[in-house]
Amino acid sequence: MEADNPQKIDYWKVTLSGIFKENAIFRLAISLCPAIAVTTGLRTGVLMGVAVVFVNVMVNITVSAIRAFIHPRIRMPIFMLIISGWVTVADLSMAAFAREAYKQMGLYIQLIVAFASIFTRAEIFASKNKIVPSFFDGIGMGVGFMFALIVISFFRELLGKGALWGVSIIGAKPLLIMLLPTGGFIATGILMGFFNWIDIRFYGGKGAGGASGH
Amino acid sequence: MEKELTKLFEIFIASSLINNFVFTRFLGLCIFFGVTKKVETAVGMSITFTAVMMISAALSWVIFNFIMVPLDLTFLKIVIFIGVIAAFVQSSDTIMRKVSPGLYYKLGVYLALISTNCIILAVPLINAGEHYTFLEGITLGLGSGLGFALALVIMASIREKIEIADVPLPFKGLPISFVTTGLIALAFTGFAGIITS
Repeated sequence: MEADNPQKIDYWKVTLSGIFKENAIFRLAISLCPAIAVTTGLRTGVLMGVAVVFVNVMVNITVSAIRAFIHPRIRMPIFMLIISGWVTVADLSMAAFAREAYKQMGLYIQLIVAFASIFTRAEIFASKNKIVPSFFDGIGMGVGFMFALIVISFFRELLGKGALWGVSIIGAKPLLIMLLPTGGFIATGILMGFFNWIDIRFYGGKGAGGASGH
Repeated sequence: MEKELTKLFEIFIASSLINNFVFTRFLGLCIFFGVTKKVETAVGMSITFTAVMMISAALSWVIFNFIMVPLDLTFLKIVIFIGVIAAFVQSSDTIMRKVSPGLYYKLGVYLALISTNCIILAVPLINAGEHYTFLEGITLGLGSGLGFALALVIMASIREKIEIADVPLPFKGLPISFVTTGLIALAFTGFAGIITS
């Protein structure tokens, strides 16, 4: 498909690579902090995911739109400004429209600003590509992050509270430990191992998951 | 006076043990997993972090309370704190290189990692959110820094042992470290009852 036109970027591929191959949490192991902090319930997990998708997409679009005007030597502070601007937007909207959830996860929304995954995308992708591919790259990375949050919070809420999205399903609390910080670490570790296993078993990877950056 | 000291002590214990940044607040995980492969780097890192956390807590407290609150700019706190910390880290990097090259070669490498780190940014944000006084803010910085140091050193010592253990292939590296961290975190939940207020 791309062979006849190397300039053309396959949007679907850009998006999918962010979700699976370069999944920020399970594969690249960056921006882990909120993955454990906000995943005690499916609802907070999804909200956090939405905030990250929003910031990621908006940052990518902004960086891509003004990339011609950014002098390479001052790009870091400029990216930081753009990111923190959009995080402030997400933070204030969350505080206004989702008060209950905000009380629980406000600090982590503000800390999206320190996400390596967003910064690296701005640096590697958005500052070199046109607006439309950058948009899809943002969607892919953001959705990949959200996907990881949803998977972790699904297991933690189901096993810890016996519920999903606040609705009781099992009628008991099978493993209360999953709601504690401990459960977050262990669930993430096991899921990471599982994704590594898939990579080794089906794609012939080496299972080197987690060349940890920050 | 005594009451204030008790409050400071409570903040110190709470931030270093009960609300340990790594084990209960999940901050700085990236650094935590990145530098805990050797005890030596972990120690260097924790010294740098504790110092930067205290100083940036003090700096941002002054800016928050004397500039941002009077001018009604508190909604810009994320942007401003990031700027303050990045500027401080950059300048200390330059100053350290000039003034004390020996110290720079020991600790300077870690400075580059710090400027946009969530654990450093969290201290001023928590200070602003809780309306701490100046001393309380610095105490929070110190407590969190030492708590982080404790976590780093514990983890690094364990990981040196894990390196030579026979771990199943998919779990090699990060996954097993996560599970181990989970077990340490379980031990840290035992601190939860120390202070009852």
